[in-house]
Amino acid sequence: MEIVLLFLLAFMIIGSIIAIETKNLLSSVISVGVVGFNLSIIFLMLGAPDIAITQVVVEILILVVLIRATITTDNTSIEGPRDTFPFVSSLIFFGLFLMFAFFAVQEIPKFGEPIMKVSKEYLRTGPEKTGAANVVTAILLDFRAYDTLGEATVLFTSIIGAFVILRRKGRKGKAEVDEEKFGILEDEDIKQNFEGF
Amino acid sequence: MDRLEQEIRDTSKGMTPIVKTITRFAIGIIVIFGAYIILYGHLTPGGGFAGGVILASSYVLLTLAFGKDMALSKMGNTAASILDNSGALAFVVIGLLGFTGGYFFYNFLPKGEQFQLFSAGFIPLLNIAIGVKVTASLFAIFMALSIFGRFIYQAAEGEERESEE
Repeated sequence: MEIVLLFLLAFMIIGSIIAIETKNLLSSVISVGVVGFNLSIIFLMLGAPDIAITQVVVEILILVVLIRATITTDNTSIEGPRDTFPFVSSLIFFGLFLMFAFFAVQEIPKFGEPIMKVSKEYLRTGPEKTGAANVVTAILLDFRAYDTLGEATVLFTSIIGAFVILRRKGRKGKAEVDEEKFGILEDEDIKQNFEGF
Repeated sequence: MDRLEQEIRDTSKGMTPIVKTITRFAIGIIVIFGAYIILYGHLTPGGGFAGGVILASSYVLLTLAFGKDMALSKMGNTAASILDNSGALAFVVIGLLGFTGGYFFYNFLPKGEQFQLFSAGFIPLLNIAIGVKVTASLFAIFMALSIFGRFIYQAAEGEERESEE
């Protein structure tokens, strides 16, 4: 089993390298999909069907959105040399991160030690305390409901942010009726606003 | 039925009639599967988020196969906003109702018998709230992104046409 896991991990790394290096946007998106689907297989093999389902479903949706976004743009390939400033600054930040991580990692407890201290408690008391047969859901929505609330808030905030950015026109004064439907464009709109784009 | 037949034969919008016919049969199964994943989240693997993404992807399939008008007639942008907000609101309200038993997110409903559909207190309700929220928000994001992309595409096409003239 470990050999299969290592093979899948190697496949994921190859996929991500191709996704970065290839010039064609469409093949880059498909390589990103390779990483996600391999990850879901790994989750299944490690006995985490909850996360595997979420991973595979989100991967499909994201892949469709990304392909739709890349195909509908004419410019599907990247040209020209790489900018030096982003490259150098990301290298510097990576170095800083490694430096801080070196000190931080020494403080955290060793891997797998104390083994399953919190999760043992959840597994023991979870079913009788919450009545849920699926312990993962019991932890997500009962013991750690605060975390899920934070997750929902993050999703909510990001959706609001995306709506605000993708809307073409800003909010007008109250006198002018804003009939804009959040970035949904009618054909007349496209004709009218073509020059301004 | 007639309107749907016309919609399927109409080749100007969306994909070919083959894709539309298959979509027509598949979409019900996808929606049922998504609802199952949400409603049985406290018994089997899955939950509100995964089921919500499945439901959202059924709308995405509808958009890809039939074009945006069909999908928007099923769930418009206003409806998506309202569902998104009400899902988030329901989640917080259920959490606040826990104060009737003592603290935030207290499981105030009766636990019921384990392995039954109506069990585990408020966990199924929270799952439904998250499912509605995720369905609406992901579909709205897809609409915003994809139609924004179409805009760029059409603008580029227009440029080409102008240069030809």
